[in-house]
Amino acid sequence: MTYALEIEGLTKNYGDGFQALKGIDLQVREGDFFALLGPNGAGKSTTLGIVSSLVNKTSGAVRVFGHDIDTDLSNAKLSLGVVPQEFNFNQFEKVVDIVTTQAGYYGIPLKAARVSAEKYLKKLGLWDKRDTPARMLSGGMKRRLMIARALVHEPKLLILDEPTAGVDIELRRSMWQFLEEMNRQGTTIILTTHYLEEAEALCRNIAIIDHGQIIRHTSKRELLQQLSVEAFVLDTEQALVEAPELPGFKACLGEDGALEVEVAKGQGLNALFLELESRGIRVLSMRTKANRLEELFVRMVEENAREARSAGEVKA
Amino acid sequence: MTPQALWTAFSTIVIREVRRFTRIWPQTLLPPAVTMTLYFIIFGNLIGSRIGEMGGYDYMQFIVPGLIMMAVITNSYANVVSSFFSMKFQRSIEELLVSPVPNWTILSGYVAGGMARGLSIGLIVTVLSLAFTRLSIHNLPMVVVTVILTSALFSLGGFINAMLATKFDDISIVPTFVLTPLTYLGGVFYSIQLLPSFWQGVSMANPILYMVNGFRYGILGVSDVNPFVSLGMILVFIILLAVVALRMLARGKGIRH
Repeated sequence: MTYALEIEGLTKNYGDGFQALKGIDLQVREGDFFALLGPNGAGKSTTLGIVSSLVNKTSGAVRVFGHDIDTDLSNAKLSLGVVPQEFNFNQFEKVVDIVTTQAGYYGIPLKAARVSAEKYLKKLGLWDKRDTPARMLSGGMKRRLMIARALVHEPKLLILDEPTAGVDIELRRSMWQFLEEMNRQGTTIILTTHYLEEAEALCRNIAIIDHGQIIRHTSKRELLQQLSVEAFVLDTEQALVEAPELPGFKACLGEDGALEVEVAKGQGLNALFLELESRGIRVLSMRTKANRLEELFVRMVEENAREARSAGEVKA
Repeated sequence: MTPQALWTAFSTIVIREVRRFTRIWPQTLLPPAVTMTLYFIIFGNLIGSRIGEMGGYDYMQFIVPGLIMMAVITNSYANVVSSFFSMKFQRSIEELLVSPVPNWTILSGYVAGGMARGLSIGLIVTVLSLAFTRLSIHNLPMVVVTVILTSALFSLGGFINAMLATKFDDISIVPTFVLTPLTYLGGVFYSIQLLPSFWQGVSMANPILYMVNGFRYGILGVSDVNPFVSLGMILVFIILLAVVALRMLARGKGIRH
């Protein structure tokens, strides 16, 4: 099997003694749409920084499509496109110059670079802005510019660090469509995101990193199956002042006054509706709470923190 | 990368650098033209006419090679230090770091960019000087080689300064407190033979003295030092600074965590 990315025993110690990565192993298959999730400071950006040569590793091995970054860095870099979290282009340069210059760094002659730049700027809706200095673009456009720049040399693996941070919903959806299209055409995609809804909508495989360690590395389907409870949102005919007591169910009021109920697997919904009926609560509509992955993620990170604390207590 | 791809990457860096300093020409090309014209008028014409001869030439003719060299030195240095530091500051240096361009190509691209500005300004100042004096070239190859090597050397210096700099103040410290005094004391305005022997000895430790004199020899045929010793010293310094800069790049000093 071909791996787009293989990481073995990767560690990173910063100068101040902080250990950002404590020996992580990770494999991403060719053609995958992969999410690397974790709370702030967990080690996501450090991992991607090492893969993309922006951070020096302390130890371990990284291979991009089989090219080891220690022995075959040039080919590893040729296979890779990187979209960082922060804007990192020269704000005074024109959009088209930023993209063609990047192509030049990959050894693509100017004529071919212009063709490729036009293709991706058009795909990302920036062609009309090609002669605009980058600083004049909106936040969403700047982010799309970084995607066009990362794709100009047609990499087989695209890494995106928080690609939709600060982007409005409409644009986020169009970026999702674009990434899905890229993935369908064969580009392997790895992203980190804070929007777990994003990972749930796009990715097939997921790794969760916390405190510099991978705490889960599995498929999204398998991960979601681990959800022992599912949350439902119910819109009631009459607004509720407080959540009713529903024996066997955990209920609370959501931000918009809708009733949110957690239903355990196998518990069924009939009992829930009987309880509601007996209290005279009429339900107008019902939907599953979208961020199932978010719940699971929060639970896992909390569990990990609890385990770390109790391990510390045992040692103490 | 293939040799052709390397050439594309190198020329991309150089074109970007040239585009940068020509885009901001009022900050880069115009000031040295104005400053040097003032030097020519004040030191060359007004004061120079009272000084008389120096080194067998009238004062204006004597200072022109030094002033051209001064413009080349400061602008080669300034171009690389500000361009590379801005890249670091805006993090657009990451565009290069993620790409397969080898470190020596990055370094040579920036040095060539610094040389493009330094030598363009050298040419502008030379043309301006023709309005004030007549320049006859004594040894053309010496002029060309000295000015090219000096420009390369100070572009390297600017690169190292930018690698070490962590804030904007750091990119003006060396030009203000090291480069300017060394240039002024490097025999631009006087022949060191005017100095007492002790200060002549001290001046010989100033590397810029060799560059100014090597260049002056090429134009006028007079020098305080052996022009071939000058060339040798510039070459040694170039090799030394190139090794330092490449080692810094390999370690990612100030650009990789």
